[in-house]
Amino acid sequence: MSDRLPENVTTNGLAGGSGLPPTEHNHPDAAIDAPPTVLVKSWKAPIAFGFFALGAIVLFIVFGRDGDSTFRLSTDSDLIQLPAVVLPTRATGIVLSIVLVVLAAISVWFVATDRKIRVWFMAVFAVVFLIAFLTWASAGQTIPLPGLLIGTVSLSVPLIFGALGGVISERVGVVNVAIEGQLLAGAFVSAVVASVTGNLFVGLLGAVIAGTLVSFVLAAFSIKYLVDQVIVGVVLNVLVTGLTSFLYSQVLTANPDLLNSPPRFDRLPIPLLSEIPIIGPTLFRQTIVVYLMYIAVAVVFYGLFKTKWGLRVRAVGEHPQAADTVGIKVNSTRFWNVLLAGAITGLGGAYFTLGSVGQFNKEMTAGAGYIALAAVIFGRWDPIRATLAALLFGFATNLQYVLGVIGSPVPSEFLLMLPYLITIFAVAGLVGRVRGPAAAGRPYVSA
Amino acid sequence: MKLELRGITKRFGALTANDHIDLTVEPGEIHALLGENGAGKSTLMNVLYGLYQADEGEIVLDEVVQHFAGPGDAMNAGIGMVHQHFMLIPVFTVAENVMLGHEQTGFAGQLDLVAARKVVREISNRFGFHVDPDALVGDLPVGVQQRVEIIKALSRDARVLVFDEPTAVLTPQETDELMAIMRQLKESGTSIVFITHKLREVREVADRITVIRLGKVVGEASPTATNAELASLMVGRAVELTVQKDPAKPGAAALVVDNLSVIDPRGQVVVRDVSFDVKAGEILAIAGVQGNGQTELTEALMGLQDRVTGEITLDGKTLRGLSVRKVLNSGVGFVPEDRKEDGLVGEFTIAENLMLDRADGSPFVKGGGLQLSFLNTFAEEKSKEFDVRSQGIQTEVGRLSGGNQQKVVLARELSRTLRLFVAAQPTRGIDVGSIEFVHKRIVATRDEGIPVIVVSTELDEVVALADRIAVMYRGGIVGIVPGDTPRDVLGLMMAGEVPAGVLPADPEGAAA
Amino acid sequence: MSDSPVTPGSQAPVTPASSAAASGSPASGSPASGPAVEPPSRWRKAFNEIIGGSVMISVLAVVLAIVAGGILIAVTDENVQKAAGYFFARPGDTFAEIWKSVSGAYVALFQGAVFNPKRPEFVDQIKPITETLTFATPLIAAGLGVGLAFRVGMFNIGGRGQMLIAAACAGWVGFTLHLPWGIHLVVAILAGVIGGGIWGGIAGLLKARTGAHEVIVTIMLNYVAFYLVSYLLRTPVLQAPGSNNPKSPPIDATAVLPDLLGPQFNLHLGFIIVIAATVFVWWLLNRSSLGFKFRAVGLNPNAARVAGIDVKNMYVYAMLISGALVGLAGVFQVLGTVTTGFSSGIDAGIGFDAITVALLGRSKPWGIFVAGILFGAFKAGGFAMQASQGIPIDIVLVVQSLIVLFIAAPPLVRAVFRLPDPANPKKPKAPKTPKPAVETREAVAAK
Repeated sequence: MSDRLPENVTTNGLAGGSGLPPTEHNHPDAAIDAPPTVLVKSWKAPIAFGFFALGAIVLFIVFGRDGDSTFRLSTDSDLIQLPAVVLPTRATGIVLSIVLVVLAAISVWFVATDRKIRVWFMAVFAVVFLIAFLTWASAGQTIPLPGLLIGTVSLSVPLIFGALGGVISERVGVVNVAIEGQLLAGAFVSAVVASVTGNLFVGLLGAVIAGTLVSFVLAAFSIKYLVDQVIVGVVLNVLVTGLTSFLYSQVLTANPDLLNSPPRFDRLPIPLLSEIPIIGPTLFRQTIVVYLMYIAVAVVFYGLFKTKWGLRVRAVGEHPQAADTVGIKVNSTRFWNVLLAGAITGLGGAYFTLGSVGQFNKEMTAGAGYIALAAVIFGRWDPIRATLAALLFGFATNLQYVLGVIGSPVPSEFLLMLPYLITIFAVAGLVGRVRGPAAAGRPYVSA
Repeated sequence: MKLELRGITKRFGALTANDHIDLTVEPGEIHALLGENGAGKSTLMNVLYGLYQADEGEIVLDEVVQHFAGPGDAMNAGIGMVHQHFMLIPVFTVAENVMLGHEQTGFAGQLDLVAARKVVREISNRFGFHVDPDALVGDLPVGVQQRVEIIKALSRDARVLVFDEPTAVLTPQETDELMAIMRQLKESGTSIVFITHKLREVREVADRITVIRLGKVVGEASPTATNAELASLMVGRAVELTVQKDPAKPGAAALVVDNLSVIDPRGQVVVRDVSFDVKAGEILAIAGVQGNGQTELTEALMGLQDRVTGEITLDGKTLRGLSVRKVLNSGVGFVPEDRKEDGLVGEFTIAENLMLDRADGSPFVKGGGLQLSFLNTFAEEKSKEFDVRSQGIQTEVGRLSGGNQQKVVLARELSRTLRLFVAAQPTRGIDVGSIEFVHKRIVATRDEGIPVIVVSTELDEVVALADRIAVMYRGGIVGIVPGDTPRDVLGLMMAGEVPAGVLPADPEGAAA
Repeated sequence: MSDSPVTPGSQAPVTPASSAAASGSPASGSPASGPAVEPPSRWRKAFNEIIGGSVMISVLAVVLAIVAGGILIAVTDENVQKAAGYFFARPGDTFAEIWKSVSGAYVALFQGAVFNPKRPEFVDQIKPITETLTFATPLIAAGLGVGLAFRVGMFNIGGRGQMLIAAACAGWVGFTLHLPWGIHLVVAILAGVIGGGIWGGIAGLLKARTGAHEVIVTIMLNYVAFYLVSYLLRTPVLQAPGSNNPKSPPIDATAVLPDLLGPQFNLHLGFIIVIAATVFVWWLLNRSSLGFKFRAVGLNPNAARVAGIDVKNMYVYAMLISGALVGLAGVFQVLGTVTTGFSSGIDAGIGFDAITVALLGRSKPWGIFVAGILFGAFKAGGFAMQASQGIPIDIVLVVQSLIVLFIAAPPLVRAVFRLPDPANPKKPKAPKTPKPAVETREAVAAK
């Protein structure tokens, strides 16, 4: 490293002997400019790329499969019918593996020449890998691409709502492990309320209130009583699980017709947009909850980064004392925004009962809250990135179903494991540095 | 604006931090609030700024009694504060930091960054600050960050500006620039409260001086008072700044540091090409303004820094690349600069803290088990020897006063067989009695023939203890000079200059 | 004030001790008393703790949670609801029904957990208490693991994953290797403990090497373990031959933990092992060099590092031991509780229960022991309550999580019972030493 040090250092070393002549100039330029820096090279990304490229060679070439892979691009109800794409499995695997190796080599070159590896580069790598994988997995079979994507969006909706709640809560400085509990509470209350009233929107409102209530406990204990936020979150998840399961067994099963048979939201295709090939069926033939989700993502992103509210939220999460000294009430800001986070997450809970399943079941969220938490971290506390992460996790889950139908060569458990493994890699810093809001997790006490 | 504090009293439990303090700041006046660390200056200003609520007394602005429930109220009343630890959010831009708390918004609640940038530029130009509104605050040097703090206060139309120990992190040159800014502000009609414990600065810039001690106003002085008068007022008696010590009898060079460089995790070269040696039986003081690489240098000696180049040898054996454990085992005693954070485990008892860095083997550990009865005897003995005042050795260290905490650290480090003793900021934030004790023990250690390094940002301490002085600036050593070097020369060196005529001392000559 | 340059105000003579007090020290005001003062005796300390402090709060928290559980039971009871329908006509009926449902439930709980006088034989009468101890056995083991991690400043939420891996390892040895009596059991236990230790150690290693937060990693590892074990249960590695269910074959008799009190009781050797484990953890934390370093790292990692303690290694060791202890709980499940073959639900939620056990036991080994027995009693009694009163066992989760929430927030409990705050009147909160992780205005001012 020492050869990278600047040469004009003005050090007088006595032990070194005669010493350098003393510097005579009167006002060293020093006061303003920052100290010299040495670039730190990180080889993590190229290593990861190399690892995946190697995996591609092993899987798609060494264990390559023969036959043709068919991708269906349109559903039968589409106005514009696209022809199916047919790829020769082995040849495609070989070509794409070579592309991956080349990309990995380029990443090595990037790092060697002190260039940054951008997100788009990672995205290209990931997409190529994915196409190669799908081709390999569907040898001799047909993959319905629209179905795969529609299912992805469906499965991602609660994850995205949960992730948005997580982003807001953590940005304001309260670690939200209770997403699972907020989702479950939202699912339960919305099912009961919608059943009893027969009105879906009242059901949605119920979910919002339920999520807010769970958040209220989180906020009260962590902000007022200074209990460790992670502890409150974990315990709240247990509490909500116990409470909903108890009430389900004790009350709902006694009278399912009245209490647990809510109506379901119908799909509401948006004219014109829903006829765009592939994108239309995926994004614009969905229920109103999904459209609400689009709006929520946009509003949270805009709010967090472009408005006064967002500036204050982020200030409180990064440096609460600084916010305090400019007259922002730290704890009440935290309190109300944690409630807001719970309200948004509660909507995601409603999607389980009113959007997809149509009734409440014990522990029906099955860890979605923890995947949402993973999406928050993998998305680096950014609403858009967290949404993309949630979509990725939804995609992995849905892929497992689709491959299960066509007879997958990969055990479904490994695809289900994927979101969690990716998150471990992410927090271990293999996918770039992950840094959360500086003050998240730490209570703030004022005089 | 005229500011009056009348009979302000603030208690924390049994401790009265402010005891009926009266203070009047006339419009367009620089009023210095002088006092030792812990005299209650910061508490008073936090009351003024609405961060604390006073138990008694009132705050009066232009003859109107104020009631501040929080900093927001104080700011609206025209009080601004430049905090000692900047209240800036590192991941925000300058403009965002300045607008935070009184944001202007446009359509759909959108932040009006254009207006915020304009405000920053306008105030920057008025005072010649050269601050880029779109720079990330975390990337700016401390001097510039302080200007951002000033802009922040001025953008809220502050008529009374409180500077809380603003020079602690500045070089002498930056300090001079700050003084100029303060005068400029004063001329534009702003009243200034300047909190400090540095006499020179007070005399240079203040119109009036109020001295507080132990939470009480003990006197007022004009800037014409001498240093000695101010100092004795500040600490309550004539201070013996010099430490009684015999001339050093240095032996052979024990610690030799050669071309040492340290790179921090952000890739910045924080210590560069530093070379010096310390002889057996001498005290080498490392002077410099806070943040010029002293911390990293001592950490590198201790094996606490990861990216270190160059060579460190102690009695001929290399220390570089060794783990902290091995450095300690080679006989290095270390008093870290932040004792609460790095020196002690607050929830541990005195006894447990006394074995903290010896938890691996004899005499405190045998066969993987703790030797509790030995530890207790040892702790009783050391508490007595080092005059640790407590309810007993099972007292949690976090409940002791700063001075007694530091004695625990000293007791632990000095009860090992040492070949080198490194003390960083050994008297920071402790009472006068303990300061004397610590200084005596450091000199006694030297007199046992052990090489000693004392790192201090307090020039008084450096001059009192040092046999030789190395001055650090921006990660490098500007020069190594004899212990009797005049203060003004040291001050220049701390700004990175070696004044013509003062050649770096020859080691042999300095030791003599 | 006069015009002379210096006008000292009147002041008391300054002594070092009083200036120490004024320098903002935490020992504010307490005059320095010599070492002659006797340290309070052990019994005195214990007594104070019971009256003023944590033990009292713990007991009250349990009472409060049981009351809350009672309310939940009463509200959801059909007979109570019916009686409440004509409350204003005959309010007595409502109260009678409430009493009937709540007392019925808790009597059943007691009879299922401690002693059932209704049974004919003495052996049957005391069987409940042995059931309690049986349920407590894995809870204590896992609680010790979680508590140990707490003491080193880490949050092990990975109990589920560690238990699953441990169960799979111990189970595999239990039905695959056919070793002689004695040796087989020891090898099976060791396999499980090592498996759990490694799974926990991964989180420790990632934290030490990359700074990955153990909360996230352990949560994610739970799911990875779940899908991994689920997958193995579909392959010949763990699946019972000739079966289509994802379930393992039964454990060999030589690997089963022997019954302690004869075949009519379920209590097995695991209980003795767990007592030994408690003693071991107590010794480790309070009397060993490693434990000293663990505690130092847990309380102040910076000071520990400066004192030459290898903090990173401590994280790894602590998670290894923590995982091993949690793994022991998994071992008890397969070799003691469910010896007829296990599925991927073998952890039975104990990994999460362990967090509540450790919190209730305040991370102290014997505290955890007592807390484990209490929660074991809830479980044993809960099943009895479900069988005889038809009250879903999920109520136990509710009570358990409420206990932990209350314990974590002593001010709340004191407010409910209108107790004075023991900390406040006599010894004022030191203004400048807040909890280490708490950011305060005072902390800022003190800097």
